[in-house]
Amino acid sequence: MNIIVCMKKIPDPEIPPAKFKLDVETKRVHPPEGIPPVINPYDEHAVELALRLKEKNGGKITALTVDEEASPAIVKHALSMGADEGYVLADAAFSGSDSFSTAYILAQVIKKIGDIDLVLCGRQAADWDNGLVGSLLAENLDWPLVTMAESIETSDKGIEVRRMLLDGCQDFSVPLPAVVTVSSEVGKPRLPSGWGIISASRKEVPVWGVTDIDADPARIGKGAARLELLKLFVPPRERHCEIVEGETTAEAGKKLAEKLLKTGLI
Amino acid sequence: MNQIPENNTKKEYKNVLVCGEVTDKKISAMTSELLCTARELSDNLGESLHLTLIGREIDEAAEQAIALGADTVHLALGDPYEESLPEFYVKVFAEVCTRLKPRIVLFGQTDMGRDIAPRLAGRLNVPVCLDCVKLDIDPESRSILQTKPVYGGNAIAVWKAVYPGSQIVAMRPRVASPAEPNGARQGEILPLTEDVDESEIRGELLNTVKEKSKGIRLEDAKTVVAGGGGIGGKEGFQLIEQLAQLLRGAVGTSHVPCDEGWMPKNLEIGQTGHMVSPDVYIAVGISGAPQHLAGCSGAKCIVAINKDPEAHIFKESDLGLVGDYREALPTLIEKLRSILSP
Repeated sequence: MNIIVCMKKIPDPEIPPAKFKLDVETKRVHPPEGIPPVINPYDEHAVELALRLKEKNGGKITALTVDEEASPAIVKHALSMGADEGYVLADAAFSGSDSFSTAYILAQVIKKIGDIDLVLCGRQAADWDNGLVGSLLAENLDWPLVTMAESIETSDKGIEVRRMLLDGCQDFSVPLPAVVTVSSEVGKPRLPSGWGIISASRKEVPVWGVTDIDADPARIGKGAARLELLKLFVPPRERHCEIVEGETTAEAGKKLAEKLLKTGLI
Repeated sequence: MNQIPENNTKKEYKNVLVCGEVTDKKISAMTSELLCTARELSDNLGESLHLTLIGREIDEAAEQAIALGADTVHLALGDPYEESLPEFYVKVFAEVCTRLKPRIVLFGQTDMGRDIAPRLAGRLNVPVCLDCVKLDIDPESRSILQTKPVYGGNAIAVWKAVYPGSQIVAMRPRVASPAEPNGARQGEILPLTEDVDESEIRGELLNTVKEKSKGIRLEDAKTVVAGGGGIGGKEGFQLIEQLAQLLRGAVGTSHVPCDEGWMPKNLEIGQTGHMVSPDVYIAVGISGAPQHLAGCSGAKCIVAINKDPEAHIFKESDLGLVGDYREALPTLIEKLRSILSP
């Protein structure tokens, strides 16, 4: 089974909120100082799911990322986890692409690579939290789509996918080729092995631009964006915390009970 | 997709369409909130409010929707979302959108909305924005301004559509009040007559499992007691459950106890789980990542219990206790019990 995993490089979403900084004027988020960007965690779950499928069924895993800076770092991360090859899509013309354009760029690459059975994407990226690219990619390729997957098994008819619901789950059977977006319920992604890191460092990660993927310039970049960002700001803090104290924690617990009753809400 | 169809730019897009959901033959709480938001938008625009419902035996829900503010209700016969292939829903909504050409299409940020809204946007080749908390109308262009938390809630973005055609939006639950019913309201109910060609739909739904929550639903609870990574294991949740039971509330978690397997996934509160707005939210051993706070920021009173005085949760709470929950909760529970049920 030949699998493509689509990934995004984002500022580390686990930084404490106090370290989060943005510029209201330019409407840009400042990368946190001294903390390197990471692979979007949901995309790392997608890599993990791809590796589990490969272990059972064989095949090849190709990692893709669209990155203005043409950095191979997150593709290398996927390679060190066990992916076979990867490409970085980088071109000045891609800059400012929205989810539609990103899905179009990825679709062009997937068509160019060819012979793909399954495309996996994280359910959303933890920077802009849009959750659109995987679904738009499926529409673009006209392949069936299952969102929010927890697990995938192969079957005679293609794949069986377990999809998370807020209060339960669903099992779908879909023919291949297909697109599946992956949720964190997949479980912890594996750590790269020592050998994985060495072998990833030796692999070439080609960089492809507009002409390599035969992209229509009218469908990519800032000019093709459907939404314009008018404002970006840090939300004002609305609560003020009263700390309840006591001689001991047990004592403070009692006092907290009294305070709670005084609110009249319980 | 992605290119502006030639005749698309010239067409007049107007009116508001809600893609609604039915629970137990009634308009769902989320859809009622959407009708409230949509009614306000429609009135400001001087346009009408349409609602599409898919289901069986939903005539009563349609009547209810008119009392809640809908001018026209379009009814399609089909299985509930959880028992249907998503593609069927995309086809029905796409058919309604193509015919009505609505200015705005509203979904809830539910299992259905998260899944269907992006597909529909791709199908119709129109802008889409999920997880919005506020919608305004730009007085000049009459286009919709969409306010949406980004970076896990660390920042808020306001977007404006700069592309022709309908604007698809999914609204976060509990950011609007439910619509007030008015039995005197008039409206029309139209069955959708066009059959969806199901032969084109690929794949098959094999099975749906809905977990029934024990006791009171998180969304309905007046009090929610939630535990996080600081609880340290499954056993610690006994105290959380005791407190919730005493206050006739519900138990919730942040993502850590679910990821670690201490608690079931369907109790998770936050951006990717349940969104609750109880009277009192008691967060125990929860550090307060914005992704979690997104799920409880609508609470009237947030109480934080955490060992770490620097935990971010204290910045977003009304009442706080710095200390080990194992020492604080037993006396808190004892004191509350002595007063509430002596």
